[in-house]
Parts: sequence; C-alpha cells; structure tokens
Amino acid sequence: MKVSVDMSKCQHYGQCCYEAEDVFRLDDDGKLIYLAEVDESRREAVESAVDVCPMQAISID
Amino acid sequence: MSVAIVGGGLGALRTAESLVAAGYAGEVTVISDENHLPYNRPPLSKEALKEGVSAEKLEFRRRAATDGVAWMLGDGVRSASFADRILTLDSGRELAFDGLAIATGIRPRRLNVPGPISGRHTLRTIDDAKMLREAMTVAKSVLIIGAGFIGCEVAATARQLGLSVTVVAIDQAPMVRPLGFQLANELQRRHESKGVKFHLGVGINAFLGEESAKGIQLSDGTEHYADVIVEAIGSIPNVDWLEGNGLDLSDGVIVDSSMAVVGITFPAVAVGDIAKYPHELFDEIPRRIEHWNLPTETGRRAGKTLAAWLAGDKPMAEIVNFIPTFWSDQYEYNIQSFGMPGLADTQRLSYGSLNGPCVVEYFRGDTLVGVVGIDSVPQLVPYRNLLMKRE
Repeated sequence: MKVSVDMSKCQHYGQCCYEAEDVFRLDDDGKLIYLAEVDESRREAVESAVDVCPMQAISID
Repeated sequence: MSVAIVGGGLGALRTAESLVAAGYAGEVTVISDENHLPYNRPPLSKEALKEGVSAEKLEFRRRAATDGVAWMLGDGVRSASFADRILTLDSGRELAFDGLAIATGIRPRRLNVPGPISGRHTLRTIDDAKMLREAMTVAKSVLIIGAGFIGCEVAATARQLGLSVTVVAIDQAPMVRPLGFQLANELQRRHESKGVKFHLGVGINAFLGEESAKGIQLSDGTEHYADVIVEAIGSIPNVDWLEGNGLDLSDGVIVDSSMAVVGITFPAVAVGDIAKYPHELFDEIPRRIEHWNLPTETGRRAGKTLAAWLAGDKPMAEIVNFIPTFWSDQYEYNIQSFGMPGLADTQRLSYGSLNGPCVVEYFRGDTLVGVVGIDSVPQLVPYRNLLMKRE
C-alpha cells in the first residue's frame, strides 16, 4: 500500500501518529515523517490515520 | 433491515463506516438537507475563503466498504415518528427504518435584535463559505460579531486578504471561554498586532440599514459600519425534527457512553455535535462538545452499537475514553488543545513564553483537565496520554 502526505496541507499536528505509530511519527523538531510504502496488513490502522487528520492531508492507494 | 442516518456530515460518514465494518449487511440510507457528500468544515474559515471553495477538494475519503450506502441529498428530515419508525422528509417523502442514527449536528445561532435580516453572513456550510467569499472578494471591510474560534479564524483570514477587520463580542477577550484569560489576552494582542480592531464586553442593540444590514449599533451606543457582516455567535443543535417523541431536546440529544439514545427503546444512536454524554475521564456531567475529532470518535462507537443492537444484542456501555481535541490556524499560528481547558480554575504556563511558542496547562483543583499549545505540537504529545489516564 502506498501512503503519501500532502506536505502543503500538513500542519504536523501528529494525530496520525496515534493511529499508526509504526507508519507516522514526529521527529525531534516536530516535523512529520512517514513510510511511503506500508504492508497491506496495516491498512486498517493507516485508514484510521487518514480519517483523523484534521487537515485531510493523507492519501493511500 | 434498514438503517436511516439523518444528517450528512462527518459523524454520519463515520457511523456508516463503522456500522458496515461491524458486520451489518442491511440497507443504509443517509438523508441530508445539504447537496454535498460529507466534507471537511475547518477549511471553510481559512483556505476556502482565501482560495475559493471546491466541494470536491473538501470531500472526505469514503471507504470502499461503504459503496452500498445510499446518499439521499438535498432533502432534509422534517419530522420523525418513533411509534411507527417513519421519517417524513421536507419533500413529503416518507422513509421507514429499523435503526436510526441522529447526526443532524448544529446550525449557527442568530441574533434576535431589531434591523434587517438580509446582509448578515454565517459560516457553517460550503454554500455559506461561497457566499462569504464572494462578498469578501469585493469588500474593503468586514465586521465580525462573536470572538469564538470561527469569528477569530474569519478575522485572521480577512486580514490576510487585506480587509479592514473589526470584531465585536459580549465576551471580555477572544476565545476566552475555552482558553481562559491568559491565552485569550495574548491571542487578542496577536490579532491586534495584525491590525484587527476589537470591541469587547458589549452587546448588539440593532442591525443598521434599510433592506440589508450595513452596520450595527452596540450597547454602548456606538455605531459601526462595514461592507460585510458576519454573525459567529455560536450554534444551536438541529433537533426540531425529533420533537413529539418524548425526548429531552433542551440541548442536543442525550446518549449513554455507547452512543445509544437515552429514552428510545428501538435501536437508535446519536453522534457528533448533537450528542450529549458524560466525558467520564473528566466527570459525570453530560456535555455536548463541538470539537472536530468527536464525530469520528462517537461515529465509530455508534456504528458498532447500532450493528449489535439490530442483531438483538444491545452492547454494554463502556467508559468514554476519547479526549476532546481541537485545532485552530490563525495567521501563521497553530493552536492545538487536548482535554477540556474550559473546566479549569487555574492555569500554568509550562513551556515557552506567552508571546511565542508556548504550552499552558489547565487544572481543576489538582487535576489536569486540559492543555493548549501554540506552535508547540511536539511538547503537547505526552499530554494526550496523561489525560487518558483516569486518576
């Protein structure tokens, strides 16, 4: 599964990290970093991360 | 078997998704008076006013599992008969249901004072945002009534568009009820440094103008005119269609912690801005909270409840363990909150300085009840877990 975050929308609020901490995390400067390619077994968690993003910046295929 | 979800916003979408995910295989119909599929409202006071409104860009991603959901748009529900389990729509159509999800949300509260009705904008829907953007595009000045989050976000956007901005409110400081005076006074200072003029602690006597409102008279007798007038004085729950069924509708719809409606014997849930329930991590008092994350949290729970109840097994209520969370972008500042800072009796600056990035902790007695940060997302991360731990 491919994951992408529109960094022009992302405000680094980090809500996605609570849903899928193995895919999304904030670095020491508070900037979002994420895995662009994620195993299909994590689809439910990543879909939840898409749902809770207040900026609706995350998309998956 | 059929489920009617009344209301077509985020709470409706999450309820439908959760219902299907929980194994419910019957019909699902979402009935909404809006003409749009569920969309994200926070950008309406920011990007949509700045860059233009596009329903397609604002629509939420809908999971493939909900492809079978029927979306009945542009036709609201006028009334409901619980005895017969039938809805009557604005168009006169009738719709029978076995299970009901109440997701009609809120609408802007309006001022009830003398003067013209027309020429007064509110901001809740895509259509509201389109009209406000059109008006602001040709305007030089805007007058905003109300200094809550919507009022302050519109003020910030209007300044970024180069308009002259005046905010009037009965409150003594902007956003003071959720944030308290420490941060409210600081955010007022930041707005003023961007050129916003405030008239606070004043009521509105009347709207001025012949056919269309051109200004307002305040309770101190002064008159203020602007090209665009926005009313942003809070909201009221859309409960009118539920009347006549014996429910307490004085402030939304009362549900238990499984989102089951209290006082209904057939499978019925309520979600989102309209749902009133105790946030048990804080206290036992039922509250209706209009934060962005709660339609998702309540919808996820309500769909499960409805699926189980329709299958003959009404679930036990479990503790409400989600944390009210909000965000607000004003100018270059990001404000984020966890918990219920509005409950606090004391506040403490715990990081940074008030005129820069900062975190303020909110306490009721000795108990942490909320936290608000400005441009401090990494510093806020531990607080969500702290608030989730029940003392």
